[in-house]
Amino acid sequence: MAKSIYLDNSATTPLKKEVLDAMMPYLCEHYGNPSSIYKIGREAKAAVETAREKVAKAINADPKEIFFTGCGTEADNWAIKGIALAKEKKGKHIITSKIEHHAVLHTLESLEKQGYEVTYLEVDEYGKISLDDLRASIRPDTILITIMTANNEVGTIEPIAEIGAIAKEYGVLFHTDAVQAIGSINIDVKEMNIDLLSLSAHKFGGPKGVGAMFARRNVLPAVFMHGGAQERARRAGTENVSSIVGLGKAIELATNNLEEKSAKLCAMRDRLIKEIPEKIPFVKLNGHPIDRLPGNVNFSFNFIEGEALLLMLDLNGIAASSGSACTSGSLDPSHVLLALGLPHEIAHGSLRLSIGEINTSDDIDYVLEVLPNIVQRLRDMSPLYEKVSKELK
Amino acid sequence: MYSEKVMDHFANPRNVGEIEDANAVGEVGNAKCGDIMKIYMKIEDNIIKEVKFKTFGCGAAVATSSMATEMVKGKTIDDALKLTNKAVMEALDGLPPAKVHCSVLAEEAINAAIYDYYKRLGIEPPVEIKCSGCCSDCHKHD
Repeated sequence: MAKSIYLDNSATTPLKKEVLDAMMPYLCEHYGNPSSIYKIGREAKAAVETAREKVAKAINADPKEIFFTGCGTEADNWAIKGIALAKEKKGKHIITSKIEHHAVLHTLESLEKQGYEVTYLEVDEYGKISLDDLRASIRPDTILITIMTANNEVGTIEPIAEIGAIAKEYGVLFHTDAVQAIGSINIDVKEMNIDLLSLSAHKFGGPKGVGAMFARRNVLPAVFMHGGAQERARRAGTENVSSIVGLGKAIELATNNLEEKSAKLCAMRDRLIKEIPEKIPFVKLNGHPIDRLPGNVNFSFNFIEGEALLLMLDLNGIAASSGSACTSGSLDPSHVLLALGLPHEIAHGSLRLSIGEINTSDDIDYVLEVLPNIVQRLRDMSPLYEKVSKELK
Repeated sequence: MYSEKVMDHFANPRNVGEIEDANAVGEVGNAKCGDIMKIYMKIEDNIIKEVKFKTFGCGAAVATSSMATEMVKGKTIDDALKLTNKAVMEALDGLPPAKVHCSVLAEEAINAAIYDYYKRLGIEPPVEIKCSGCCSDCHKHD
């Protein structure tokens, strides 16, 4: 049997067995509509509320501050557009970073077309924003700061608590897209002064198609979906009960023993970060060397292109991702890698390996065994490597 | 997303390498866009006796280079100049729309090598180099 190693846990994760078991009864058995008053309706309602408590507990929020959504992207859209609409009398200026997920960037672009102004903070070579830049960007009409907790491509963790403190000091709301961070690092919305947060279940062993938005009490974004009274009449539509139950179970499992799990992932991550440059010349680590997600490894390999690298890895049974233009569906490579200051040709040759709970040290051994040969094979085929290889000889 | 033929030519590319005493060398594309193709030929009596390539690029770029070199090997220069990107695509059982530019690059790389051959002989080449080096000319987005 051919090898099959999944190293794209930042894209999605497999549903955990315990999560599936928790969800199953809410598909065929307790199928009631949570809005109905009879027994199976009340059972469904109770399950939704238990899940809400679990999500709240995981980030130290109040259950009333959790709103279920269809995905992390919806949570981002709702938080940003909802605050823009709710606060438009105060102002129309929003601050973000250049390395946000498209769920945030494209939402902000749509607001710019409606007359809002957006400041895009630069990041340093490791992907961190500058707190001084943030302070300097705040204006009397600034209504929202939206900065991701951790970057999905390069894994850099932003100084969230410090950003929260600055937002509080200036009386500006702070939203963070924590889709990559929940289940990987500890998040406390009270301690970090976070007003709004987005999360997604499938990034930490939950089902696809369900997410949540946290909105601090009295920080209500405008109604997102009009209709029935679900989600305190702010996001109408019959609840996706089984998936919400799955989200609750998954976040509970993911935030249990976080330190222990994180240490295991960090050990695998750090081995790749140390050994890849030892085995392969002309590589560059992308992202922050220390403040990075426990499972994130991102390297650029000079003289080769990322999609070819992914196909070659796939032929060897390894699933990974890249920030090359060929995989981004546009002419330019990843906006994140370009914002870090990488030249186009280096950004085209990037590879992200994202480690998850399903991975073992055997997987890392295998990657370290096959990756050098794959990179060398592609380099031997590359006209960019020709000159370098001749100089080496 | 790729046909089996594309995957075959990507995983087992034909004619990879350099020709030390090539008398025709062509290079198209640029690193910024993410693909460069370089073709080496040994031409004798108007016949392409040997052809090799080196490519920096995605799976489709490698596969089209491999297929295009296969299609011109042993052919006369005139026949090689008739090679179209469409013929390369058809031989590969098609390419995804976003990868059509790779087949254009392959056609241009063959033309560029033949152009070089004529230049070396001091003859005005009967071929035009259309590739501007900017991928957006063939590869339109948004």
